[in-house]
Amino acid sequence: MNNRVVITGLGVCAPNGVTISEFAHSLKNGISGIRFQQELDDLAFGCHIAGKPQVTDAHKQEYFTPLQLRALNSTGIVYGVIAGVDAWKDAKLPIENNTSPDWDNGIIFGTGILGVDQFRESIHLIDAKNTRRLGSTSVMQTMASGISAYLGGILGCGNQVTTNSSACTTGTEGILMAYERIKLGKAKIILTGSCSDSGPYVWGGFDAMRILPRTYNDNPTKASRPMSASATGFVAGSGAGALVLESLESALERGVPIYAEVLGGAVNSGGQRGEGTMTAPNSEAVQRCIIEAIKDANIEAATIDVINGHLTATAKDALEIENWSKALGRKGGDFPYINSFKGIFGHCLAAAGSIEAVASIMQFKENLVFGNINCEDLHPEITSIIAPQKIPLQTITHSPEIIAKASFGFGDVNACAIFKRFSN
Amino acid sequence: METEERYQKLKEIITIYLPEDVAISELTNESHFINELNINSANLVDIVLDVEDAFDITLENEDMDQMLTVNNALQIIQNKLDAK
Repeated sequence: MNNRVVITGLGVCAPNGVTISEFAHSLKNGISGIRFQQELDDLAFGCHIAGKPQVTDAHKQEYFTPLQLRALNSTGIVYGVIAGVDAWKDAKLPIENNTSPDWDNGIIFGTGILGVDQFRESIHLIDAKNTRRLGSTSVMQTMASGISAYLGGILGCGNQVTTNSSACTTGTEGILMAYERIKLGKAKIILTGSCSDSGPYVWGGFDAMRILPRTYNDNPTKASRPMSASATGFVAGSGAGALVLESLESALERGVPIYAEVLGGAVNSGGQRGEGTMTAPNSEAVQRCIIEAIKDANIEAATIDVINGHLTATAKDALEIENWSKALGRKGGDFPYINSFKGIFGHCLAAAGSIEAVASIMQFKENLVFGNINCEDLHPEITSIIAPQKIPLQTITHSPEIIAKASFGFGDVNACAIFKRFSN
Repeated sequence: METEERYQKLKEIITIYLPEDVAISELTNESHFINELNINSANLVDIVLDVEDAFDITLENEDMDQMLTVNNALQIIQNKLDAK
């Protein structure tokens, strides 16, 4: 089997928009989702700002039953279900209360750690010798696969229902896992995506590593500065992104709009060898991952016209640009347009890959390349490799043909996916 | 606390746990939580916790095992309140 695989649904729950239209509006206009977080200040964090989706109770009620909402303490599940159900509906797929599940439909929905607030509450009860008061949902809210389990039940999927986890590459990796399964004919439709909880118990470890910016507490929207000479670290985010991947045959049969085709991709690891460590990438592995993705997609490097990088706003941004440049064999004005959405909504950790992939794919339909914010002062090491006009500071009109999306994560892991404007 | 008041309080607790195809109007003193009201057995654990909070009592494991119907629950609640 060698099915063509297309994207027919998108959903998002991001710091800068909890619906696709809100999200699109803020990306087009560079409206930041980074805000001051009182609880981080109260807890004496160094960094008091973060990206957190603004979900109201009324919004939650559209997705959860009163019983589900009652003890729901896992923000990752809230974000993941909102994004996942929206993507499903966007793909015009039904949500039915049938007696059998749909055996051809599956879910691959990743996370880094789930239900942290719920777990904290459970720990306090257990330590107080009050385990009996945990209630019935503490397991499903804190198991990593809680998100795929919730979505699987809501949507009635009977194919593979699983959760992948590979730090900040999780979302991009999930897209490729779904792509491969559909390509091989093992599933027709897979909802893929990823989510990441909000809050001090998720972000604390990064604050302790001193890799979050500490000088922008009064100026949150300026804090996340990918590719900038004044970048001082990534801003933690949270949320979820979701995509419906489907065999081309199924999409044509259903007669639904197609956002893009997934041409292929690659995942690998630098093995924490050479310059690679638990937290730093091995450049050889990054370049190989991009080269293999291009090979897998059966395209020429020269045909990529837009890149969405990982580009977190740390000192490693210039190295990432260098790796893209070497892998593609392109530099200066010949380099593709490149953007990083982390300037707008921060680094959503395990959810980063999927939220950014949703944003990247929206560019096909909008015929735009969304602008980068907070990098008016481009890092000189970056401009020594690529031409400044390839880093749009505002959203520009351009109809992307082929977009490469990469994510890199702790553990020296990499993923790169190649998307193409759909034409049959 | 009067019997009727206890019943209303319990009914309020149970309402949220009823599946879509069971209406609260179907609830009687004889209703069996799992077999008749189709309440998910995992949720019985939550009903017990809600009962503890609402009546300010603590149920033991054996009480939980015996709490199969609405009547059982009312009896257990009454015993606990009487023993306070």
